[in-house]
Amino acid sequence: MGNTIKARAKIEGGECVVKMLISHPMETGQRKDKKTGKKIPAHFIQEVTCDHNGKVALSAQWGPAISKNPYLSFKFSGAKSGDTLKISWADNNQGESDSLETKIR
Amino acid sequence: MSMKRRVFLKGTLAASTVGVLAGAGLLAPRAVLAAWPKSAFDATSVDGALNGVYGSSGAADSNSITIKAPDIAENGAVVPVTVESSLPGVDSITIMSASNVNPMAASFSLAAGTAAYVSTRIKMAKTSDVVAVVKSGGKLYKAAKNVKVTIGGCGG
Repeated sequence: MGNTIKARAKIEGGECVVKMLISHPMETGQRKDKKTGKKIPAHFIQEVTCDHNGKVALSAQWGPAISKNPYLSFKFSGAKSGDTLKISWADNNQGESDSLETKIR
Repeated sequence: MSMKRRVFLKGTLAASTVGVLAGAGLLAPRAVLAAWPKSAFDATSVDGALNGVYGSSGAADSNSITIKAPDIAENGAVVPVTVESSLPGVDSITIMSASNVNPMAASFSLAAGTAAYVSTRIKMAKTSDVVAVVKSGGKLYKAAKNVKVTIGGCGG
């Protein structure tokens, strides 16, 4: 996996506004394959973590009810332009994960 | 190699929690996954989900929580939801869709400098309340907003 995360972090009015999009199927495990009639196994992101300069700013636990190709936005204070923001996710399919480091603008 | 690891991990999952922690720690440095509240996501009711996340379902209604979501969602698979709160010291926000098979959608842990604000997109099976629960100063507060769903998001 790679390049699954698109993120933008920008200082706006003293706060750092983070917006991200992750490419992921977010399969619920309740859908059936129309051709075979078999259930498609659940495959969704469980954990998203955002670190600001190595310190966790937000961590999220997700279930399959988050939409496909998830979007997430949040805000935090105490950041300045040029700081590093690291975003990482891991899904229920052990071994699949991705992370991205970006500079705050 | 990766198949073997998967089988091994499944085996450890069936064992004790200690086993999961040790297995995850040894094979993949993703011990963080152990914190995923399975009982909350498996719960079939809003109260059950709350018990799974916070160990309590006693949340007081609050008008200091704002839920931004459409009144009518044409597509239940993608319902934009923004939760904001003016309560002080919010360290956790949980979003649920009351009529889903498993209402729990997401839970966010916020650090001290992180604003009581999250915006995401959730799936809704049918018309129901979006419930937001906020933990502030060790207490739980909740708010709800009804969203009409014209096409459900769970049939595909």
